[in-house]
Amino acid sequence: MTDPSDVRTAVADAHRRGWALALAATARVARDLDLAEECVQEAYAAALVSWVRDGIPKTPVAWLTTIAKRRAMDAVRREQVFRSKLPLLVESEAMEPEEFAPEEFAANEMAGEPAPHQPAAGEPAAGEPALGEPGDDVVPDERLRLIFLCCHPALAQDAQMALTLRLVCGVSTRDIARTFLLSEPTMAARMTRAKKKITAARIPYRVPGAAELPDRLSAVLGVIHLLFTTGHTAPSGAALVRSDLVDQALHLARMLRELMPDEREVWGLLALLLVTDARRATRVDTQGRLLRLEEQDRSRWDRAAIAEAHDLIVDGLRGGRPGRYVLQAAIASLYAEAPAYEQTDWPQILTLYDELLRIWPSPVVALNRTVAMARVHGPMRALAEVEELERAGQLAGYHYLPAVKADLLRRLGRTNDAALAYRQALELAQNDAERDFLAARLAERLAGPDHP
Amino acid sequence: MAQYAILIFANASHDHAALSPEDRAAHDRHGEAVEKFGGTMLTAFALQPAATATSIRGDVVTDGPFIDAKEVVAGFYVIEAPDLDAAMEIARRNPATQQGGGVEVRPVDSGFVGVPPTAG
Repeated sequence: MTDPSDVRTAVADAHRRGWALALAATARVARDLDLAEECVQEAYAAALVSWVRDGIPKTPVAWLTTIAKRRAMDAVRREQVFRSKLPLLVESEAMEPEEFAPEEFAANEMAGEPAPHQPAAGEPAAGEPALGEPGDDVVPDERLRLIFLCCHPALAQDAQMALTLRLVCGVSTRDIARTFLLSEPTMAARMTRAKKKITAARIPYRVPGAAELPDRLSAVLGVIHLLFTTGHTAPSGAALVRSDLVDQALHLARMLRELMPDEREVWGLLALLLVTDARRATRVDTQGRLLRLEEQDRSRWDRAAIAEAHDLIVDGLRGGRPGRYVLQAAIASLYAEAPAYEQTDWPQILTLYDELLRIWPSPVVALNRTVAMARVHGPMRALAEVEELERAGQLAGYHYLPAVKADLLRRLGRTNDAALAYRQALELAQNDAERDFLAARLAERLAGPDHP
Repeated sequence: MAQYAILIFANASHDHAALSPEDRAAHDRHGEAVEKFGGTMLTAFALQPAATATSIRGDVVTDGPFIDAKEVVAGFYVIEAPDLDAAMEIARRNPATQQGGGVEVRPVDSGFVGVPPTAG
């Protein structure tokens, strides 16, 4: 007997590390996402019982994957009639028999019968199929296919996020619903609809070819980034940060870096998330009030994360023109690495923004650039650019625009205009911490520098 | 292989009948893109302007397209393609996407194409 609490820890660990791997491999056999999900869920449930009895296998994820795949295989065989399948535009090597080699072992497990003898914890008994021996460990890594499937551009973006959390991260539908402030049935229906579309429209389960890869990868990066920003500044509700989402986004970015080690934009995204999240502990005070960058206690920033991001950025800036995530990370990193807010390297940040705006002409980037511009060229020139953006109208409804404008007006001594702009920002902001912050700025009629 | 219907939407004020000869020629060449990206054209139709449409909802007959919208269906075709990625590659090359309109890709559930009786 293995200590049940050790088993629970091992299962939880295998869930975090191995869910995506097990699910991706099982989806390939099941050719049906619901069935795959069910089988993987059952495999984890089986582990809770089986590992107590037989010991924790040496390679828990391989064990779980084998069990889940076997269940899927059985279900497919039982069903006889093939339902509509995930199109697998590859040879169906998943059906090769050797992947299901440990016959007797799995049969034992599935029957739920007590093992004939009690092996010591973590030590496979003699004669037992050597799950966890080298060979079984080589689970073909299908996680990339799964990620590209979940982030397919033919799916709505909220469905992409939800599917990624469910299928790649193994987050329960109930928790996903709670994260997005929806009822569980609503979230479940949304995910079912997406899965039906995957099957009915034959969204392929594969990693895109070289020609499509840049576009498709940027969709994946976009989903991970959106999960992060949704967690980092929750779009509505009481708390500023939803740390579970932030953690899942970081987990996904790390996974992607492991799976696509040569993609510089993947490094850039991971660096951006790391450096942004390094300030998590200091973004609000003990009352949950939003703190401006210059008010935050820099000694409490996560220096290890900032250093890790730094190395990724240095590598990412080498070898050709950097992409948007590398540049965004570089900008965030300059903010984070300055010993004090006033010592921030504004000219360098402005240069990076110029480059970023060139490759990614987004009005949000243009707005953020005006903050650096105000530092380098003064608030007057920055205000002119903000007003130009306002006239262009693309940022209508975006509360950061009046917030940035208000701060510039205040610094120019135009307090009445500033108050008006703060009121506009307040009307548009939905997160309570941000609203409180803006209300406070409005109330005090503002002295001192600001940060968007 | 799967079948996809591609519905062509045009601006209501600018549907098929209003196309310039160049635009029409671009549509006529679209069949090449279908082949090039691994699809097969099964059937294709361009429709008369939406102003010629008659709609019936329940017992009520109205003059004009079924849904009153800025864009109207101007035509449709059915292709066979390996998967949605291939169908999208084909669909995004439809000239309508560059002429102020766009396309909708719908997987086909079932259907057949009849042969009209020989004209007498």
